[in-house]
Amino acid sequence: MLDITDLRVTIGGRDILGGVDLSLRQGQVHGLAGESGSGKTMTGLAVLGLLPHGARATGSIALEGRDLLGLRPKELNRVRGGEIAMVFQDPATSLHPMLTIGRQLTEHMRHHLGLGRSEARSRAVELLAKVRIPGPEEAFGRYPHQFSGGMRQRIAIAIALACSPKVLIADEPTTALDVTVQAGVLRLLRGLCDDLGLAVLLVTHDLGVMSAVADEVSVMKDGLVVESGPRGQVLRTPSHPYTRSLLDSLPEAHAVPGESGQQSAGDGETA
Amino acid sequence: MTDPDGPSGTATAVPEPPEKAAGTRGRRRALRHPLARFLLRRVLIAVLLAWGITVVTFVLTNLVPGDPATANLGQRALGDPAIVAQWRQDHGLDKPLPQQYLIHLGGMLQGDLGVSQQSHRPVSQDLAETVPATLELAGAAIVVSLILGVAFGVVAALRRDRLPDHVLRVLSLIGISVPTFWLALVAFYVFFYRLQITPGSGRIDPGLQAPPPVTGLATVDSALAGQWDVFASAVGHLLTPALVLALYTIGLLTRFTRSAVLEVLGQDYVRAARAKGLPGRVILFRYVLRSALVPIITVAGLAFGSLLSGTVLVEAIFAWPGVGQYAYKSATTLDLPAVMGVGLVVGGVYLVINLIVDVLYGVIDPRVRLQ
Repeated sequence: MLDITDLRVTIGGRDILGGVDLSLRQGQVHGLAGESGSGKTMTGLAVLGLLPHGARATGSIALEGRDLLGLRPKELNRVRGGEIAMVFQDPATSLHPMLTIGRQLTEHMRHHLGLGRSEARSRAVELLAKVRIPGPEEAFGRYPHQFSGGMRQRIAIAIALACSPKVLIADEPTTALDVTVQAGVLRLLRGLCDDLGLAVLLVTHDLGVMSAVADEVSVMKDGLVVESGPRGQVLRTPSHPYTRSLLDSLPEAHAVPGESGQQSAGDGETA
Repeated sequence: MTDPDGPSGTATAVPEPPEKAAGTRGRRRALRHPLARFLLRRVLIAVLLAWGITVVTFVLTNLVPGDPATANLGQRALGDPAIVAQWRQDHGLDKPLPQQYLIHLGGMLQGDLGVSQQSHRPVSQDLAETVPATLELAGAAIVVSLILGVAFGVVAALRRDRLPDHVLRVLSLIGISVPTFWLALVAFYVFFYRLQITPGSGRIDPGLQAPPPVTGLATVDSALAGQWDVFASAVGHLLTPALVLALYTIGLLTRFTRSAVLEVLGQDYVRAARAKGLPGRVILFRYVLRSALVPIITVAGLAFGSLLSGTVLVEAIFAWPGVGQYAYKSATTLDLPAVMGVGLVVGGVYLVINLIVDVLYGVIDPRVRLQ
């Protein structure tokens, strides 16, 4: 679905990514792990062409065979939100505080899909219900500050899904949330991935999160992918010393990756 | 919030006519609307502040050293204590200060601001003639500064560290640094006296018939009367002093808009909007400017105050018959009723501007409105 080959990013002569290879498949969650500054987020931003000012990207990012790095701004804008969507780390800052949830849910639908006001509205309400926002009709006209952190992130996910993208990039989607709320959001992402056949790139530094939902895991260090493979293999029998040290640094409770993460933690959110 | 139609309990006991009941309910619902409640609160605060302004202007005016009698009576009259005492009695200056204040406040509530010792006309009448002239000048200046300042600031932010940004930064620095009175003199000398491309002093050309006063704004009144030659003259006369007055505010707004827009451009929600593939102009107007407007209107509100004080000098140089000139003349002659009247008007304008700014916060930002 999405193939990243030899992606290199430099900012002001400094190498941020030194040749990243990744490939996402439909209906699979691909976890991208690594410490801060290892280039996980840059990889995600590069896919959407949202790198910071003055950054240069080379290599290839192919979405179903089309190279995104070579697209003109207008074509790239059609891909953004339409075919590849993104969920950011902190829902408190990634939603505009002065625009209603409804406006932020419908504007790109109307732009990309050419929907009318009422069509967009009913689809938005459907989406809000799908991400389990209580009272989706009323929620439509409310503002971000009237929701809790976990709900805001669900709303951000609904916004990302609005134009039925093929690829979803989730950049640390649970890091800013309470631990009790994290599991709910992760389960939602996993469910959407399975139901809608999304290819998800889950960027996280939290191997516990990774072990709960990822199918494939890649580990990054200093702008390079050092290890990649199915979750069980990477997390149980890591071949790279860096992956091993990451796993060793986890507290005991998380150290044994398994299926337990998916079932044990409940959805601690209340309306 | 009492209900003028009686307590709600009676509505069930005594059936009201349906239209009346609907009206009551509508009014209650209107007050429950967050914006209406927000407005009501702000207006109540404004009334309190207005009362405070009357106290402060009264006290300050009476604290000023100097005797109004000395400033207004001739040498010979001053030599005769009986005349001085009579003059003080005529102007109510022989009574104790608190009583003077109550008389002043009572009169003010009826629209009576006393009689100017200089013009021997009611102060309210003097103000009714001078205030519109100043509002026209200051209003034109603030509109020009908002349009140019915000536009320049946005351009500078979007072209950050490139040529347009550098040019605008230098220009805004000049605008902030150059003293208004000096600029007024230079503009008057160069454009009127030397180049003769702008009309001279006053609000319209001397040969023209002033339009019938409706709003007191020469441009609006002449347009209403269909006197287009007068309108053209009024706009021509307004242009230079308004631009001179606006230059400082343009510089100020350019700098504040630039930094506000730059800050918003770095926000997560702008990146999120880009990730949604929205067109650039939608992101600029809907996402960036909306947030940047909050600091911009704060600065614009404050700048309007400095504009008003700037009018004193600009009006003097361009012989603009506004409240600035009136204030200057009243202050130098210790014409206390006139000085208090001016203080009241200026304080009132500040109050209205602050109220507008507060309400705009509520309109722009739901977090303010829905608190």
